[in-house]
Amino acid sequence: MSGPSTYNPKSGFERWLDARLPLPRLMHDTMQTFPTPRNLNIWYTFGGILTFCLGVQIITGVVLAMHYVANAGLAFDSVEAIMRDVNYGWLIRYMHANGASMFFLAVYIHMFRGLYYGSYKAPRELIWIIGVLIYLLMMATAFFGYVLPWGQMSFWGATVITNLFSAIPVIGNHIATWLWGDFAVGDATLNRFFSLHYLLPFIIAAVVGLHIWALHVPGNNNPLGIDVKSPQDTVPFHPYYTVKDAFYLVLFVILFAGFVFYSPDFFGNPDNYQPANPLVTPPDIVPEWYLLPFYAMLRSIPNKLLGVIVMGGAIVTLVFIPWLDTSRVRSCRFRPLMKQFFWAFAVCCVLLGYCGAQAVDAARFGIPLVWVARIASLYYFAFFWLIMPIIGLIETPKKLPASIAQSVFGDNAATPAE
Amino acid sequence: MAATTSDAGTRRDFIYVASASMGAVGAAALAWPFIDQMNPTTAALALASTEVDLSAIQPGQQIVYKWRGHPLFVRRRTPAEIAAAKAVDVASLPDNNARNANVADNLPATDANRAIKPEWLVLIGVCTHLGCTPTVSTPAIPEGEYGGWLCHCHGSMYDTAGRIRKGPAPENLPVPPYAFLSDTRIKVG
Repeated sequence: MSGPSTYNPKSGFERWLDARLPLPRLMHDTMQTFPTPRNLNIWYTFGGILTFCLGVQIITGVVLAMHYVANAGLAFDSVEAIMRDVNYGWLIRYMHANGASMFFLAVYIHMFRGLYYGSYKAPRELIWIIGVLIYLLMMATAFFGYVLPWGQMSFWGATVITNLFSAIPVIGNHIATWLWGDFAVGDATLNRFFSLHYLLPFIIAAVVGLHIWALHVPGNNNPLGIDVKSPQDTVPFHPYYTVKDAFYLVLFVILFAGFVFYSPDFFGNPDNYQPANPLVTPPDIVPEWYLLPFYAMLRSIPNKLLGVIVMGGAIVTLVFIPWLDTSRVRSCRFRPLMKQFFWAFAVCCVLLGYCGAQAVDAARFGIPLVWVARIASLYYFAFFWLIMPIIGLIETPKKLPASIAQSVFGDNAATPAE
Repeated sequence: MAATTSDAGTRRDFIYVASASMGAVGAAALAWPFIDQMNPTTAALALASTEVDLSAIQPGQQIVYKWRGHPLFVRRRTPAEIAAAKAVDVASLPDNNARNANVADNLPATDANRAIKPEWLVLIGVCTHLGCTPTVSTPAIPEGEYGGWLCHCHGSMYDTAGRIRKGPAPENLPVPPYAFLSDTRIKVG
């Protein structure tokens, strides 16, 4: 679908530039005339929304770094100074902190969209795998960023996460010391986390470039999961999807602004307004909401090494999805069995997140939550490694429409009005 | 150099491969400083020892000091706590290793191998699971099921000798190297 370029330089300057650095040609072909399936729905607008989120995080982050001090003795006070003294510092920091949550909200919708419509299936395996890599980089960046305010949750979150590496046999403790630059999380750790937190967003931006590049070879998947067969199946990216993306972006920004202005600490933890204290662990350590499902898996396993392996395995599993799904039909719209298991999987992820947020020995309706988390973890892995391969072989999919255009206009619409 | 078609390669091929190999070795050697710079500096390594005055600590009480950036537990055990620790069958422990820097490696985790003097228990207060600080148990406010410590992060329970009894932590709380300077003073590290 990337096909031959349709760019036609009009002015003398455009011709001059096109022969030397064909940047306008690239923009024209990827963002203007790029043929896009005409049936994309709201769930396909989150790619654009995610690009917006990355931009917001980079711009607000660069500004915050002008006022932040990466020193264990000064970090907490410098963040308070940003909140109280720096002009509009409160706004910029709340945009950055809530921006991280909005980023993850959007990425989870984006990922579940990909799962539901089979966007990971051939020929889009690499788009999906690059996406998993972006998700990993996002988690690392978010973790480093959460450490920087140097509150109690920052400090103890950093302690728990870096100690995950100490589960590795023989060399684990050396790796942990190497990560810390000391015998515990301290000033050296804070400095390097700041350096990496500043670096990684630009790496993410580069990998997003690869993600979009890989997308523009086969083109977008669509809610029907069938291939584009004729030009009638597509519309140019501009103005159809630039406008559609912009509309849903505005709705998303309203939600974002709602948190920033009306409940800026909604996603935060009050313990992080206490300066870091290496001698006292807060009674309940909770990670940020977007890491809770993995945290619940870690806690549900009463063995250190096994817990870490399961938690890492939950993310590594995502890489193999393109080959675990044996179905020839992409979209769950035409997969009556898979659709049910998919929604059960979504519920299981929410359930894991809920368990991760509760105390370690909590129970609901007389059921210990650790057992709920164990069963949900089991389903998480079974969904990918058992259900996906088996359902693909035994399921009878519904009849697929002949083409995207036929599905949109019906059988008798031979020449749709543009 | 007429016979350049032989499979053995020419002198020039050898020079190419040899110089590329040396270049690769040099690049790999240069990677080490960039890895090692993240390890603790000598200044961090030098902050290794601290002295603790025991005279103010009452029986049944624990005081927390800081050693090498970590909490250091110094607990003056009551006779009941010592007796409870001694009564445990060490073969039944999840980690039957003394984990004591002051005795030989691989000794069993008997109470005698955990404390130099039974009354004084000196431990690094870092949960061996994921590094949280466990909360001390007292008869008034019990923490965990074994009278020692409970780690609130992930529910590991330690007994009155600091040995892991239940939960995800794999090892006993470690005993740092320490020595009695007098009856009421120890040097840790």
